[in-house]
Amino acid sequence: MARLTLDDLKKIKEKQKSTFTLREGGYRAKITVHMGTCGIAAGARDIMTALMDEISLGKVEDVITTTSGCAGLCAREPMVTVEIMNKPPVKYGDLTDAKIREIFKEHIMGGTPVDKYALVIGSETTY
Amino acid sequence: MEKYRANLLMCAGTGCVASGTPKVRDALKAELEKRGLADEIKIVLTGCNGFCAEGPVMLVYPEEIFYQKLTVEDIPTLVEEHFLKGRPYEKLMFKDVEKKHAIPLMNDIPFFKHQVLRVLRNKGLIDPDSLDEYIARDGYLAAAKALKEMTPQDIIKTIKDSGLRGRGGAGFPTGLKWEFASKSQADQKYMLCNGDEGDPGAFMDRSVMESDPHSVIEGMIIGAKAIGASKGVIYVRAEYPLAVQRLQRAIDMCNESGLLGENILDSGFTFDLEIYLGAGAFVCGEETALMRSIEGQRGMPRPRPPFPAHKGLWDKPSVLNNVETLAQIAPTILNGAEWYRALGTEKSAGTKVFAITGDIKNVGLVEVPMGIPLRTIIYDIGGGINKKKKKFKSVQMGGPSGGCIPEQLLDIPVTYEDVVKTGAIMGSGGMVVMDEDTCMVSTAKFFLEFTADESCGKCTPCRVGTKVMLDMLTDITEGRGKDGDIETLEDLSRDIIGTSLCGLGQTAPNPVLSTIRYFRHEYESHIKDHWCQAGICSKLCSFHIVEELCKGCGACLRGCPQQAVVGEKKKPHRIIQELCIQCRTCYDACKFGSIEIKPAIRQEKTALAAKDEGGK
Repeated sequence: MARLTLDDLKKIKEKQKSTFTLREGGYRAKITVHMGTCGIAAGARDIMTALMDEISLGKVEDVITTTSGCAGLCAREPMVTVEIMNKPPVKYGDLTDAKIREIFKEHIMGGTPVDKYALVIGSETTY
Repeated sequence: MEKYRANLLMCAGTGCVASGTPKVRDALKAELEKRGLADEIKIVLTGCNGFCAEGPVMLVYPEEIFYQKLTVEDIPTLVEEHFLKGRPYEKLMFKDVEKKHAIPLMNDIPFFKHQVLRVLRNKGLIDPDSLDEYIARDGYLAAAKALKEMTPQDIIKTIKDSGLRGRGGAGFPTGLKWEFASKSQADQKYMLCNGDEGDPGAFMDRSVMESDPHSVIEGMIIGAKAIGASKGVIYVRAEYPLAVQRLQRAIDMCNESGLLGENILDSGFTFDLEIYLGAGAFVCGEETALMRSIEGQRGMPRPRPPFPAHKGLWDKPSVLNNVETLAQIAPTILNGAEWYRALGTEKSAGTKVFAITGDIKNVGLVEVPMGIPLRTIIYDIGGGINKKKKKFKSVQMGGPSGGCIPEQLLDIPVTYEDVVKTGAIMGSGGMVVMDEDTCMVSTAKFFLEFTADESCGKCTPCRVGTKVMLDMLTDITEGRGKDGDIETLEDLSRDIIGTSLCGLGQTAPNPVLSTIRYFRHEYESHIKDHWCQAGICSKLCSFHIVEELCKGCGACLRGCPQQAVVGEKKKPHRIIQELCIQCRTCYDACKFGSIEIKPAIRQEKTALAAKDEGGK
């Protein structure tokens, strides 16, 4: 390991930010992938994988993903709920790899909900 | 960089490792791989989480869900339910005793809710073997500030203003200690860390060294700059192998990355740090004895003055600080003296870590602001006595140098001054809770056995005095106590306290004095009535079944190793006193409280009883 300077300390701290956003909180957005039996059968795993991929590719530090059980609307799985802090949560249904990537860019990064895929806006928050 | 959607922080402190963390970790890792989740979910081993009673424990981020008492068998269901389907697994959650419902979130659990973490700020939150994770939590920023922007005087002023007092036991102001050493002129000075934690039942320092070794190192770097030391030693007992291993790894990482050694962080400051293993003698926690031990000599104290700030290790000016003290230096330098003072009281600022053990529900490690009532620690955090029908009797604070605090004083605020007034001391922070089944004479004897054994023998009052006191206590617990023994014990105590060379002897009689102060009637009852009311001293008690209360369930009968209990099913049982060896098995087995403890049956009575038996 090279000798560290004060700047290095700050850089390491910055690099670790996403890990500690996960542990200490302070995230900007949270995406819940509904992974009930129905969701898993309909392909929720691929949705999760796509999200993790987008977060890695974009080096996004302040967004976390998590899983939850069935949302109760099994016919429209795979589903996710996107919660941006202080905004009403949005549920999306009938997702595919391409759709979730679009939602990630437009809604999570851009801040504009993607109406064409949205099922409902303003249900319960979980943060 | 790899991204994870969840971090599983598993406790790898000594307690949880002993109760199974390594096996559970392997099972969890295999299960995550099997389910294809290994790339999304990261397992991190942390230092002691503190809630040792419930180990092995694990914290799941980002949800902050706390799982306890994990077993290998539970892992497949846990992974499927929580990590695959997103349904936190209730079976492994902490359960509220009264309401019987599960409490998923860590910070809702009473044990954690009342705590304020400063010393333990990184416990269970970082991997102790990762320098990057320590840096992510502002690590070494305080060292950088102290080395690059502050003069030694600035540092000393901040620590003095903060009101930080040494956490090893005596509570000497840390800033003042540093100031003395800083003013000493010498070609070489030493910055030392006391990790020779020796009080029975105390494990605060071990936990800090295991869970956050860098916080100790950073505190030492700042202290070294303040006093002008270029060399340092961490004195750790060899019985703490995990702490030694993690500290050594942390020191190696610091040496490689220029956080120790020459020109630290390009500041021009040089500090070399090494570990010295102690062989486990209790007296080596005393500062002059510790320094002799590092010099390779027999660990024995010497008279002070000269104080170590003038003549310490190798006769050079030295500062010795406790692990817990050093762990608080970095955040205080970073946030300032006012931040530090914001918690605690005027004379006892900040927080204190306590190791709670004994007859209490939540055994573990807790950090609380000073000044909170002792009752809060024992009942709200500790959860009270661990057996339902038993009452609280006393809490022992300060280990072999401390004393027992009775029920009526539980509302005192926990500060250096208030604890001393009770006859106990804050000490390093060990708290042993005792219920009504405890004999206070035996408790005092236990601690005196420890100090008499650990006395180094250099000065007579401690070497001989503790032995004489121990002999007297042994006599009292075995029925040979005499009138006047209590007064002689008090006299001896005063002499030993007044004339011993070091802290070991000066405090050794405290457990005896404090138990006489609050439980004198127990001593009297032992001496005059040959009656140990708790039924602990086997020669001073006898066990009897109260007929009206006995349901004839047979629990005592089955447990008795002597076949001394007789009686038919569903009819009151009886104990044959000639056969009874006072082992208490029946007393502990009885669910109806029908066994009574009476004074010892003296010889003549026994003969009478035998005659009685013969007549029937």
